[in-house]
Amino acid sequence: MAAKIDLRRFPGFLGITLICLVVLYAPLIIVAVYSFNDSTSITNWGGATLNWYVDVFTGPESPKFQQAALNSLIIAVCAAGAATCIATAAAVAMTRAGRFRGKTLSFALINLPLMVPEVVTAVASLVFFSAIGFTNGLFTILIAHTVFCIPFAYLPISARMQSISDVYEQAAMDLYATPREAFTKVLLPLMMPGILSGSLLAFIISLDDFLITNFVKGAGVETLPTAIFGAVKQGIKPNIMAISTLMLGVSIVFVTLSWLVGRVGQNKQK
Amino acid sequence: MASPEIAVSIDQVVKRYGGFTALHGVSIDIREREFFTLLGPSGCGKTTLLRAIAGFEDVNEGRLLLKGVDITNLPPHKRPVNTVFQQYALFPHMTVFENVMFGLLRKNWIQSEAQRRVQDVLEMVQLSDFASRKPAQLSGGQQQRVALARALAPRPQVLLLDEPLSALDLKLRQAVRSELKALQRETGIAFIFVTHDQEEALTMSDRVCVMSNGRVQQIGSPKDVYEAPVNRFVADFVGETNLLEVTVNKIKDGLASVALPGGNAFECPAAAVVDPGVGHLSVRPERIKVTADGQGDLDAVVTGHTYLGTDIQLLVRLADDEVMSVRLQNSQTTEIPEQGAAVGLVLEAGAARLLAD
Ligand SMILES: Nc1ncnc2c1ncn2[C@@H]1O[C@H](COP(=O)(O)OP(=O)(O)O)[C@@H](O)[C@H]1O
Ligand SMILES: [Mg+2]
Repeated sequence: MAAKIDLRRFPGFLGITLICLVVLYAPLIIVAVYSFNDSTSITNWGGATLNWYVDVFTGPESPKFQQAALNSLIIAVCAAGAATCIATAAAVAMTRAGRFRGKTLSFALINLPLMVPEVVTAVASLVFFSAIGFTNGLFTILIAHTVFCIPFAYLPISARMQSISDVYEQAAMDLYATPREAFTKVLLPLMMPGILSGSLLAFIISLDDFLITNFVKGAGVETLPTAIFGAVKQGIKPNIMAISTLMLGVSIVFVTLSWLVGRVGQNKQK
Repeated sequence: MASPEIAVSIDQVVKRYGGFTALHGVSIDIREREFFTLLGPSGCGKTTLLRAIAGFEDVNEGRLLLKGVDITNLPPHKRPVNTVFQQYALFPHMTVFENVMFGLLRKNWIQSEAQRRVQDVLEMVQLSDFASRKPAQLSGGQQQRVALARALAPRPQVLLLDEPLSALDLKLRQAVRSELKALQRETGIAFIFVTHDQEEALTMSDRVCVMSNGRVQQIGSPKDVYEAPVNRFVADFVGETNLLEVTVNKIKDGLASVALPGGNAFECPAAAVVDPGVGHLSVRPERIKVTADGQGDLDAVVTGHTYLGTDIQLLVRLADDEVMSVRLQNSQTTEIPEQGAAVGLVLEAGAARLLAD
């Protein structure tokens, strides 16, 4: 097609692309590289070593980080699970209930957390929990995480749901399945790739969250991001870089999985 | 109570979508063991009627009886009818075997009996070797047979089929027609078959219901609707026809005396409800004989012809400029008149019929 715009011919395209890539990825690469640096300095290269990784698991600070990692894991699993259930129900309702009053409003409400500045949500959560007299701790973090994970779980699930024709549920009911059986035996399995993808995404979003967590966590309760932040305030040591690199690895794995699962499902269903 | 000979009784069913009425008081009785076809152009309400029988559409007025039992308000899963969907709707995450088994398990069949039944129906549609495949690994024709097996397995009282052949290519479609018909005889279940293809309807059905704009136009055997259409719509939709405007002089005992274009008097059967005045004559193109100019009921000039394989279609123009189509069988002795030749057209017995508008 002649009318197609070839971006690559735009003046400065290459330069801008390179700048973007450097700004985005150079810090990550530096952190990853220096996590293998055999020196306590974070600017001078002193040869390669795995000591900092050993330090993460056995060093003097390791119990603190392990507890934080465990908290992060518990919260991420529970929040992702709860958010996925709610998002699944919402996606089914939004695509199967036909047109109902307030449908646009519901859609906006589900996705609002994506638009609201995170710090506002954080402050609001804090005010809310203290207003209803909740003691800040693991539980408040869990609730806050569940809420902001819902839209992230919702997006892949509802995308999946939109591609599932309602004729499958009708076929199920035609074959004597009750509405409930049509849901559990037909619709749910067909939605599963979307649900998995959504839950992985919610998991990683919860695992990575710092801002909201920092507001609603109780004294002495740390997740991995808040623990790292706390440690950094006392000066950046290479073991922080090792932890960060590990988290980066976990994130990449989960995001990739989420994407793959969503894609496999799409190929299977025609 | 409806008579026990009736499998499905559709009684004055009205279906509205907002301000639009998709079914205007449709009444049809479908008999036991018959191959019944709903025929009509796209959008005439065939699918809506089928979905109302299956329970996917609530009707606004009227009743639906299944073997005399009122099912109007039953949810789909409580109606002992099964559907072959237009796009088959096979469960993509289940094997062929599991798909066919699905309905039996929902009806709480005993495992061993259900398994035997699945094997039987798969054999019936010649798919025993494909039991462990997923639907995506099958051809269109095979998927269609799985859909059929799945719907037949729970022994429904009536089978509903919504244009099940439309996704198949022409060759396969013709083969499946006779298979489907044989299957219907074998199972003895009433089939309600939806199609917009008049040839499909004529070749397969015991009875055909011609629909248009949410109304029943005519119900009858394929021969009835083809040879004795009740109105212009049916004559035009079922098969090919020429509609001539004629002056109706007299109608008596279902026989009409009309004046053909060109002035010749002609007698032919009339559909029940025609008034004298100007009427329409349906003339089937294959029932017209070409003869010498001045010898036939109509005089015409040949304007061209089209080669159709088994037939040759001749286009002629009448004195009043109406264009008619004539079908000549393509045999070695067929003489095709030259373009521009003046010919006479003889309307054979049964070729013409006076219709209501
Ligand atoms: N859910 C619906 N909402 C509004 N109109 C509908 C709906 N379903 C069908 N219709 C209308 O009803 C008419 C009959 O449709 P349908 O039964 O699908 O026709 P057919 O199967 O004969 O092609 C069409 O004009 C269609 O637009
Ligand atoms: Mg249809």
